[in-house]
Amino acid sequence: MTKYNLPVGPQHPALKEPASFWFKVEGEVIVDVDIRLGYNHRGIEKACESRNYIQCLYLLERICGICSHAHTTAFAQGVEEILGLEIPARAKYIRVIIAELERIHSHLLWLGVAGHEIGFDTLFMYAWRDRETVLDILELISGNRVNYAMNTIGGVRRDIDQAKREQILGMLDPLAERVKFYTDLVTSEPTCLARLENVAPVPADKAVALGTVGPTARASGIKVDVRRDDPYAAYAEIPFEVITSERGDLLGRAIVRLGEIGESVKIIKYALQNLPEGPLTVKAPRKVAAGEAVSRVEAPRGEDIHYVRADGSDHPERVKVRAPTLANLFAVGESMKGAYVADIPIVIASIDPCFSCTDRMIELVQSRTGTSSVMTWEELREYGIRWYGHGHRS
Amino acid sequence: MDIVLDLVRILIFPGLLFAVLLSLFLEWLDRKIYARMQNRVGPPLRQPLWDLFKLLAKEDIVPERADPFMFTVLPVLTLAAAATAMLYIPIWGPESAYPFWGDLLVIIFLLTVPTMVLFLAGWFSANPFGAVGSFRTVIQFLSYEVPLLLAVLTPAVLAGSWSISDIVRFQQTHPWAMAAQLAALGVGLLALQGKLERVPFDAPEAETEIVAGPITEYTGRRLALFRLSTDVQMLVGAALFSNIFLAGVVGPWYLAILLFLAKIIFLVGVLAALRAMVARIRIEQMRAFSWKYLVPIAVAQMAVIVLIKVGVGV
Repeated sequence: MTKYNLPVGPQHPALKEPASFWFKVEGEVIVDVDIRLGYNHRGIEKACESRNYIQCLYLLERICGICSHAHTTAFAQGVEEILGLEIPARAKYIRVIIAELERIHSHLLWLGVAGHEIGFDTLFMYAWRDRETVLDILELISGNRVNYAMNTIGGVRRDIDQAKREQILGMLDPLAERVKFYTDLVTSEPTCLARLENVAPVPADKAVALGTVGPTARASGIKVDVRRDDPYAAYAEIPFEVITSERGDLLGRAIVRLGEIGESVKIIKYALQNLPEGPLTVKAPRKVAAGEAVSRVEAPRGEDIHYVRADGSDHPERVKVRAPTLANLFAVGESMKGAYVADIPIVIASIDPCFSCTDRMIELVQSRTGTSSVMTWEELREYGIRWYGHGHRS
Repeated sequence: MDIVLDLVRILIFPGLLFAVLLSLFLEWLDRKIYARMQNRVGPPLRQPLWDLFKLLAKEDIVPERADPFMFTVLPVLTLAAAATAMLYIPIWGPESAYPFWGDLLVIIFLLTVPTMVLFLAGWFSANPFGAVGSFRTVIQFLSYEVPLLLAVLTPAVLAGSWSISDIVRFQQTHPWAMAAQLAALGVGLLALQGKLERVPFDAPEAETEIVAGPITEYTGRRLALFRLSTDVQMLVGAALFSNIFLAGVVGPWYLAILLFLAKIIFLVGVLAALRAMVARIRIEQMRAFSWKYLVPIAVAQMAVIVLIKVGVGV
């Protein structure tokens, strides 16, 4: 068979965000893949350094439209650790409720996208319709559908009162029913099985070696979950199961995510019924004494790590974000080898990639010579003036 | 006067204009059923026509490395072949505009042309997605063409004729024939879904994998012709099946046309529902499905038909 290169991205219908995959293909079989990221770099980490801690919170919330609460929770926890703040119990529970609602909304969104990638648009439409329930609940609590702005340094900004609690509990059960239906559908519908079963499997040892996290790791039988391993917020007090699957293939990832929705519903119910009384926030100072902290949060896609270094002023000296997609991407590259061209979209989608979360830095490489260099701001400015001044672009 | 009548038939009814308008209606029906099954509102009736006009007005781009001659000829050829097939399909009675002893074979041939055109379209557009799509088009063609031919042959064997008019008359005098070849209708519809490259057999133009397959590089009016051709192929397929599997039409011409519409609406409804209920399968799964299930069923159906023919002695 002839070998050829198949470019997927930076712009491609399968990708919801720009990223570039160069596939070496033999007939319909993938031989090798070269992944290039960085198209979504927005300089958020750098921008944090010139904003105060509260402003950073709202900027970091916009790293990602789906796991926005995970990023603010990680950042707030890091700052609270440096400050030595213990947030009120009620705030911890509310953080958990929002985080789990976010997990449901993220996993249902993933289910829809996965359906679309395997050409099952009906599943896509149904999953996204039912996802509206979660978005309605989030809007009920926070007034927003995606960027909820619930976290603040030292607690949460909005309460969940008794009336809202009852309303939310009533909305959760129909949702759990729908999720059962989807689990049945994905595990029994012949064309779904044909596209998911035994496709691009990642065995447990490889999943560890490649550093996978979150549902991707749990689908390979690795029982790893920050909520259980290093409990934050109120997770130590709330009973829940860590869903795993031994399959390692795409079907395993679907089963894990759908199972996690069920667990999330249980966690939310428990948290709503056992919501402790008390204040929502403790007072946090504007300036943070010198120190550093690493904070970990189980985002819907896996472990999200934030590093914060304070220097005594009212803005952080350095913020670093390691989103789960970066950890999972290598497993995609590896498991893709030997798969079919037709599997490309669903294998990429199976880790639920979020490139806007992942693209924290870019390195400009001359494609012809392969050399790269670091430019100072002044040099970059000069370069820009030269480029436009000489009429390369009009 | 004969030449005027011929021109009217070729260009207006039942040829190009009629085929285009009716197929746009079927596209709307297909999209509407698909949307309603997905809990969506779906497009208004005029949407396919507006889409067509929009594409006709859009910029027409020929890639630098593509073959400009083929790029121009192929879209015209595919629509011409599909619309020509409409001339041989009975619409207002058992007879088509140009009935003759082998019109069934001509329609099958004319329906094969667009598939070959699609292959060439991808090949000459110098695009990796187009090339992958072209390969898949051919593989898919080799998978569904045999079951499709066997399915279409079944009523012909039962009626003992290659002429659609004879098949229709035979079924109208022997209504049990429709029940006897039900399996062939099923195989035929699945193969037709494959020919039209619709879910679950849309691997050749799978959007999330290879953008649009062979027609990735086509824009503007060329793309409009390709899309129109697909619609007309669906119309021809449904119209052909309504004749050879569902006994065609009877009665005065106005009732006959209504009956014809009812039958093709039913068939397109089945195709649309199928599209909404399943995921896309991979090309090698399509090939396996076709040769493992469709071909044996079609052969068994043919054997049953031969036995009936010998036993009943029709």
